[in-house]
Amino acid sequence: MSDKPSVLVLFAHPSVHRSEINAKMLRATRQVEGVTTVDLYHEYPDMRIDVDREQKRLLDHDVLVFMFPVYWYSTPSILKEWQDLVLEHGFAYGEGGTALQGKGFVCAASAGGPQHAYREQGYNHFTIRELFRPLEQTALLTGMRYLPPFMLFGARTAVDEDRLPSHLEGWQQMLRQLVAKEIDWDHDEATHTSNHLVEAAS
Amino acid sequence: MTLYFLQAFIYLLAAVIAVPLAKRLGLGSVLGYLIAGVVIGPITGLVGEETMTIQHFAEFGVVMMLFLVGLELQPKMLWEMRNRLIGLGGLQVVLSTALGWGLAQYAGLPWQSALTIGMIFSLSSTAIVLQTFSEKHLGNTDGGRSAFSVLLLQDIAVIPMLAFIPLLALPELISGASQGDHGHDISLVAGLPGWGYALVVITTIGLLIAAGHFFSRPLFRYVASSGLREIFTATALLLVIGIAALMGLVGLSPALGTFLAGVVLANSEFRHELESNIEPFKGLLLGLFFITVGAGVNFGVLWEQLGLVLALTAAVMLGKLVILYLLGWVFKVRGSDRWLFALSLAQAGEFGFVLLGYSQQNQVLSQDLVQMLSLVVALSMFLTPALFILFERVILPRYEQRSNEREADTIDEKGTVIIAGVGRFGQIINRMLTVNGIPTVVLDHEADQVENLRSIRVKSYFGDATRPDMLHTAGIEQAKALVVAIDEREAAVELVHYVKQTYPKVKVLARAYDRGHLYALRSAGADVVIKETLHSALALGSETLVALGNHPFRARQRRLAFEEVEREHDKLLYDSWLQGDEGDRFGTHYRDLFMQLEELLGEAMRGQDSERHSRAERSWTPPPKNYLDHWKKQG
Repeated sequence: MSDKPSVLVLFAHPSVHRSEINAKMLRATRQVEGVTTVDLYHEYPDMRIDVDREQKRLLDHDVLVFMFPVYWYSTPSILKEWQDLVLEHGFAYGEGGTALQGKGFVCAASAGGPQHAYREQGYNHFTIRELFRPLEQTALLTGMRYLPPFMLFGARTAVDEDRLPSHLEGWQQMLRQLVAKEIDWDHDEATHTSNHLVEAAS
Repeated sequence: MTLYFLQAFIYLLAAVIAVPLAKRLGLGSVLGYLIAGVVIGPITGLVGEETMTIQHFAEFGVVMMLFLVGLELQPKMLWEMRNRLIGLGGLQVVLSTALGWGLAQYAGLPWQSALTIGMIFSLSSTAIVLQTFSEKHLGNTDGGRSAFSVLLLQDIAVIPMLAFIPLLALPELISGASQGDHGHDISLVAGLPGWGYALVVITTIGLLIAAGHFFSRPLFRYVASSGLREIFTATALLLVIGIAALMGLVGLSPALGTFLAGVVLANSEFRHELESNIEPFKGLLLGLFFITVGAGVNFGVLWEQLGLVLALTAAVMLGKLVILYLLGWVFKVRGSDRWLFALSLAQAGEFGFVLLGYSQQNQVLSQDLVQMLSLVVALSMFLTPALFILFERVILPRYEQRSNEREADTIDEKGTVIIAGVGRFGQIINRMLTVNGIPTVVLDHEADQVENLRSIRVKSYFGDATRPDMLHTAGIEQAKALVVAIDEREAAVELVHYVKQTYPKVKVLARAYDRGHLYALRSAGADVVIKETLHSALALGSETLVALGNHPFRARQRRLAFEEVEREHDKLLYDSWLQGDEGDRFGTHYRDLFMQLEELLGEAMRGQDSERHSRAERSWTPPPKNYLDHWKKQG
């Protein structure tokens, strides 16, 4: 393991001052060694993303993490903007676009709805992994290995129900595993989330 | 003449030596002055006879202090403080008076004298306490605020006391009374019957309030329009001295008169300017006052009745301490703040001297009693710094230890912003901050401008923000940020330089006139500088692009790209500017760089139209038309 950070966490929350979960996730993430965290709305308050800088960051890390609250079954807009701008033809895909080959990709997200809402019989009709298919396919097209999302469901009540501490602990555990390259990247279609990877440990 | 110089020299020398020493030892300036007084007075005998005369003169420091306290008291603030002011302060005065009265009567004094003594010792020292609070930055703690409201009520309570004490005159003292100091004073009311006197007093106070309300503003505006700083200072002094004289003429306390005048002027936009003009005089005179208190300690009486004086002092301080602590408990002043509150006020005050003298003149207290009680007052004031040290070294560490174990509180206090200059630029900043709930203090030296703002209820003050003392009264020590938006370019640079040197913690944000000014402000240390025309010009520029038929989103992109290229080259240009001569900052090298920048800007703009991934707008560029061919080849 090199002493350079190997995991890049892109954090996106447009109203951090109201955040109950993600602000603490960010803080917990910053405590783990070998992880670089970037608060995108902080760095690009006018959404004007510096493409060169972001591409260089990608090259410097082995694992890419999107950390965000789920907005309409997807990422907050700045993460979409980031994808639109940074994952250029000739860099991330297409002719000569091999920069991301072999890196890892995972989303760490919080969703307001409870877990049972995210299934065929639930009111969201699809599992979270199905809803994140565009992200999964982006990873595949750019040659990245993909983990199902690391999720916190029922985020609006997580603090009251005291579920946050164990979630944060699990997330730090997961990050340490990513840094140490001890993560098992092979998952079948039936795996909805990757929380189970660290549940044993906590 | 030489003798006066010599005396003044001794007083000043004593202060210059003792006060910094006392501050370095953590004793506070008041104790330094007191010690200086004791050294030059009773110990070495360098000064003596004239102490009483000087003390009269120095009491003017108390007068000025009350004027300043009055200035701080906006009616709105008084209203917000009403609970503590009346409840806490009122109860403190009443209970302490009752206790002193009871003890004095128990000691065998007639009830009139006993009641007077109770009143005198219910007061605390505004001068020592406020001075110490501001030196130790305790004024914003809960304990500090509670103490302030009590002091305030005490200062107000002096008015009825002064009215009341003459009614308590003892017949046995009247017969043998000397005329006292008042004998040679000029008085307009001597010989008037009681109702006539009352009429004169009421008319005078009425006049004072009316004049303060209606005539102060035209007067200040007239003076401000001259633009002469020293004339404003003269006006401020004129005001205070005039009121003091008027009050003296009708037999009222000058301190109360100026206090009242201060309250009347508290809402004036000239408040801060008045404050910063009076402040240095107040400081010096108050210092002089404390020196004379020290010099006036009568060691003869002290040694004769040492035991009694010490016992009385201890009783006064302990009694007040207990009452204050209990009141702090009732009014929910918590933890270390309650101790600060009780310890800081457990002494008699400078009004004690005033009232003791007054009581003697009015035949309520005998001369012997006054002399001894003066010692008690002085001694308790002497001991006050020790109480502050006790608080800092013994009590505070305990509470801090305890509070350290808790999780840190989230800090959401926003802090104040001082805005220097509220022309069309500063005004917008001020509006933006205040609607976001951030308290601002606005300073401008255009009286018209300030008046305009005040008419739309923006808190603004007349004053020259480039004056250090003005910044001080505006609260630069507590401010989080200073926005410099004054028109004078050189003055703005100097202001930035001064503030960054003296208060490095204060964030300084400045408005620049042009690029050269921007660099000058930056090299003076400003944290953020914005060219005043940049953003509005860019906005209008991109509107022009839109008017010419460009898509608004693309116009915005071009504008942002323009800013970006500028920003990237800023450091180069700045460094080149720094290397230029003082007289020719924009030398040849700088001009070359500037031309280069123009070129790059053009390139960036042209790039936006090309198909390839250009530097400035690579964004949202689709993959090449034939990219799938490559894909198929691979697959």
